[in-house]
Amino acid sequence: MKEVEVRLTVNGRERSARCEPRTTLADFLRGHLGLTGTHLGCEHGVCGACTVLLDGATARSCLMLAVQGQGHEVTTIEGLGTPENPHPLMRAFSEMHGLQCGFCTPGFILSAHEYLRENPRPDRQAMRKDLSGNICRCTGYVKIFAAVERAAELMAEPEAARS
Amino acid sequence: MKPAPFEYHAPTDLGEAVRLLAALGEHGRLLAGGQSLMPMLNLRLARPEAIVDLNRITALAYHRLDDETLVIGALCRQREIERDQEVLARCAAIADAIPLIGHIGIRNRGTVVGSLAHADPSAEWPVLAVLLDATLEVEGVAGRRSIAAQDFFKGLFATDLRPGELVVEARFPLPPAGAGSAFIEVARRHGDFALGAAAAVVELAADGSVTAARLALGGFDSVPVRATPDPAAAAADVHPVDDVHAPAGYRRKLAETLARRALHLAEQRARKAGR
Amino acid sequence: MTWVGQRVARKEDLPLVTGTGTYVPDFNLPGTLEVAFVRSPLAHARILNIDTAEALSAEGVVAIYTGPDIRDQVHALVLDQEAAPPGLETAAPEIHPATIEILADAEVRHVGQAVAAVVADSRYHAEDAAELVRIDYDELRAALDPEQARLPGAPIVFDNVPNNVQARYRIRVGDADAALDGAEHRLAMKIRSQRVMAAPMETRGVLASTVGEETTVWSSTQIPWAVRNSIAGAIGVPQRQIRVQIPHMGGGFGQKVNVYPEEVLVTYISRVLHRPVRWVEDRVENMIASGHARDQLHNVEAAFDSEGHITAIRDRFVLDSGVACPYPLSSAYNVASHFRSMYRIANFSIDAECVLTHKMFNLPYRGAGRPEAAFVMDRVINAVAQELSLDPAEVIMRNLIADEEQPYRMGMPYRDGHEVVYDASGFPAAFERLLELIGYAEHRRTQAQLRAQGVHRGIGLGTYVEGTGVGPFESGQVHVDAQGHVVVYSGCAPHGQGLDTTMSQVVADAFGITPEEVVFRAGDTALLPYGVGTFASRSVVTAGAAIIESSNRLLKRIKAIAGEMLEMAPEDLEVGAGRVRVRGVPSRGVSFKEVYRAASPGPGARLPEGMDPGTSESFYWVPPTVTWGFGVVGAVVDVDPETGVVDVRKVVMLHDCGRVINPLIVEGQIEGGLVQGIGATLYEHVIYDESGQPRATTFLDYLLPTSAEVPEIVQEHLEGTPSERNPLGVKGVGESGPISPPAAIANAIIDALSPLKIQLNELPLSPATVVAAIERAGAEGPLHPTGVKIGFPASNQSGGFLR
Repeated sequence: MKEVEVRLTVNGRERSARCEPRTTLADFLRGHLGLTGTHLGCEHGVCGACTVLLDGATARSCLMLAVQGQGHEVTTIEGLGTPENPHPLMRAFSEMHGLQCGFCTPGFILSAHEYLRENPRPDRQAMRKDLSGNICRCTGYVKIFAAVERAAELMAEPEAARS
Repeated sequence: MKPAPFEYHAPTDLGEAVRLLAALGEHGRLLAGGQSLMPMLNLRLARPEAIVDLNRITALAYHRLDDETLVIGALCRQREIERDQEVLARCAAIADAIPLIGHIGIRNRGTVVGSLAHADPSAEWPVLAVLLDATLEVEGVAGRRSIAAQDFFKGLFATDLRPGELVVEARFPLPPAGAGSAFIEVARRHGDFALGAAAAVVELAADGSVTAARLALGGFDSVPVRATPDPAAAAADVHPVDDVHAPAGYRRKLAETLARRALHLAEQRARKAGR
Repeated sequence: MTWVGQRVARKEDLPLVTGTGTYVPDFNLPGTLEVAFVRSPLAHARILNIDTAEALSAEGVVAIYTGPDIRDQVHALVLDQEAAPPGLETAAPEIHPATIEILADAEVRHVGQAVAAVVADSRYHAEDAAELVRIDYDELRAALDPEQARLPGAPIVFDNVPNNVQARYRIRVGDADAALDGAEHRLAMKIRSQRVMAAPMETRGVLASTVGEETTVWSSTQIPWAVRNSIAGAIGVPQRQIRVQIPHMGGGFGQKVNVYPEEVLVTYISRVLHRPVRWVEDRVENMIASGHARDQLHNVEAAFDSEGHITAIRDRFVLDSGVACPYPLSSAYNVASHFRSMYRIANFSIDAECVLTHKMFNLPYRGAGRPEAAFVMDRVINAVAQELSLDPAEVIMRNLIADEEQPYRMGMPYRDGHEVVYDASGFPAAFERLLELIGYAEHRRTQAQLRAQGVHRGIGLGTYVEGTGVGPFESGQVHVDAQGHVVVYSGCAPHGQGLDTTMSQVVADAFGITPEEVVFRAGDTALLPYGVGTFASRSVVTAGAAIIESSNRLLKRIKAIAGEMLEMAPEDLEVGAGRVRVRGVPSRGVSFKEVYRAASPGPGARLPEGMDPGTSESFYWVPPTVTWGFGVVGAVVDVDPETGVVDVRKVVMLHDCGRVINPLIVEGQIEGGLVQGIGATLYEHVIYDESGQPRATTFLDYLLPTSAEVPEIVQEHLEGTPSERNPLGVKGVGESGPISPPAAIANAIIDALSPLKIQLNELPLSPATVVAAIERAGAEGPLHPTGVKIGFPASNQSGGFLR
């Protein structure tokens, strides 16, 4: 099958690779770019494990073709933080035990990232519905809520220090 | 679970898209937000020879309020309407419905027009379209035409679109100021396709009497249905069938319940607006 | 610093939160081939012909295997791991081994059974070619209803299983027949726990890489040793040539506690092709070709007196095995041993059959028989209360085993052959505390008033016991390495349970170091000669015991060696901060590193007389029997009687899991388990239609709870009884969450609509099921005589409408 060149910005870097047009963005990130932090849980858009940020907004990367990413900016979990410099959400998920097996966690953290950007002061009732696009089978979500609330505190800290 | 091979086209203007679709005929499928088509491609339930991707036609990514009409271009994402406070304030039924559609990540990508063209009878936008007497602007090589929402939905996932045609715009006339509207549904879980949905618009006279009422029901039939705006009669307008989530008998009763509640809520809101 | 008991954040989290973990799909071995399976579209059929010619010529295809191709090289799996142990004779168990073919040879027996494997350079190409494999089937009549399947004339699933009854047992305690005959009151109910599935977020997956004669198999499995042994047996190679490792793993919950055909075949293909070969299950495959669970239909009778004391239970149930029930003792016998829960019921009779049908096989899933048993028992208690017009809480209280009756003997063996004797107490106090926490008295005061306002609120209650830490054994090894690190090898490997951190806390206390300083390794058959795995709420109990015993032995050893070095008696030494020090003179001591050097074989060794070299100790823990956790659960729900929609507002759970090592992790287990229980109660259902076609094959139809479905969860650890059956005093907790939600929520819905006296005996409690139960209870039901039509007050007050 004919391959096409796909160029896009991933985690702030220009990346390009050749792939078949049918290649999903998720498989492209994982297979062609080696970014395996984006997980595939269902490949039909329900579980949210493959969530990435597309131009800053959450999108299921199993429901996009890699070619559709051409010219866009994609942020994956690897772009949000690293083991050396974890994002406050990453620290908060660990601190509050917001993960068990960890498979849904990268997608969940990216959805939580979007949620906190729009709701810097999280509300648990609203959060229940706004984060419902990511399925976690281990935690029962309770400690994920706590982790998002904790992350909001951590993310507010530098600001408070400045003011 | 990977898509079967296909040719991929990403036209940058509408004319090119129309020409491509006409040339491809039944072998081509239009891809907009992809929240319905992509799962079908991944599951190989849809296997078009070619995909025509609308996402590069940025001229279609718009929505606006033209006086009393909400005009939505083919590439407008559902989340954009959700963020438009003026639209939400003007029509409670729309404000009620959007948070019930999938989840935020779905609404970030999914388009309003794509949901209409997909014609799932349980989906929210088709019910709103039928309720609000929306018109769909359709373009094909033979030119442009308008289709009333009630004529557009022809059956389960079937529409009045002819081969080579695409919906370029949907126009939703909003309820008049002072009217009340509502959208309610019952779903197994938050964000699921509804077991049943009802949407209503109620208008009142100065003396508080009801002067006009509209009711639309979704999920009870192969298409969203404009039903008699009377709780006692509405359920007779739909013909539910059994599925894994609920038997037909349950849905018949649900149609009556939701019709009553939607009309009641719309009426309450109209009374509140009139005060 | 004592680490046990602290809320320590997990040390295993960093790779997982940063997306740098390595699950099976994440490996990137050069030249890896990917496999796609051609699976049966029919429940039961003879295979007439398989044509792979066109598929073989498709782009990227390397090889295709069918059943006949591998007939002489790869044997079917015969799973007989749950033979009845000594002590179980009174249950008269009859168990036929479960047969699982690697690829269907002449006959397919369920939709989703693997028929051919396509190996290609990418999963895309493998799937393309899989569509080109042509298979002609002759469809046969399928056995689908287990009650029919056991009758003469039904289609037979496997010839070695007469009447499709793969396993049966019976238990008789006291004389239930006589008690029922002479009972003041009795009732009979038919109660069903539906077929569900574990649905871990990571599906199964296996990657095999062969170098020379040795194949390393990375599999998403809960039982690496059993997988190794089965693979070696099935493909006929020495076990030492197969090494099974568990990389990061996205959950299991019992679905990965079996050896699967794909693990065998992928290993075989890698050895034939001398290439890395991988199969990653997709979600549809997971729904139709990974183990399902529960699926029991009970016919239960109860005898009781006018005060609600239950004097006898007689139950007969059928478990729908699908094509196999590989763990009949866990899936079915657990029902008997947990049935009577915290209740004093002197006469008990149960007859169970696991019946084969043409569906996917049935595995233990989190709880394994206990949720099914608890649903029956606590529905029965509730029905007794309904029958006698007593408060359900009062009836529960009257039947609870009192503290002075403990340790209570249930008069029957556990599945390990040892008598069931509870090593717990405090049932009534726990139940009273539940009523207090959930506001039961207040609810009773306000319920009628709320109902008059249109709010149909109910509280439902449930209890459970859980035998945890089952054997046969578990292994552990503790080692001081050349750098002075304390390294722990465990036979149980975690896949989300936090065992790394929990065990590190235990070992840190033993060695006077921090959990971060402990190196934990698990899930690798090369680490330890024997091991079992992580399932059945057993890891902290069994691996914990093996590891603490190993630690104690190693401490004794290194103190002896340090004593030799320091010329001190070992009992005058202590460990701390990575050193062995003289008690009272902390400056005087030797580091673990120095002890390692002194213990190394060779001329430099400084060992006590007669001691072998080395700084390593192993221990195999063989539990005396299980240790009993217990708990009580209450659910608060609002019900919309018109639509049948149930809003679970709150779940309260109190539980005893013995000594708690890490409260944060225990809470997480409880919360996750409860929400899985809510899923099984309200949403989840693996449906097969009348032709044996699965109807829920995606997450659009198999409904897992999302965050929006999660109620407020309140939990309290009971000041419980540290177990005396293991050295840490712990009891397992992993499975306790999902046991009671079905009964508690069903009973809560019934309470919310109490004037109607409805029955909810079949899961899941979908809106349609609830409405049907209301309709069955009768349109003339007691909600009506008051003149209030079922529904919200708003229903009759939209009077202004269309005047």
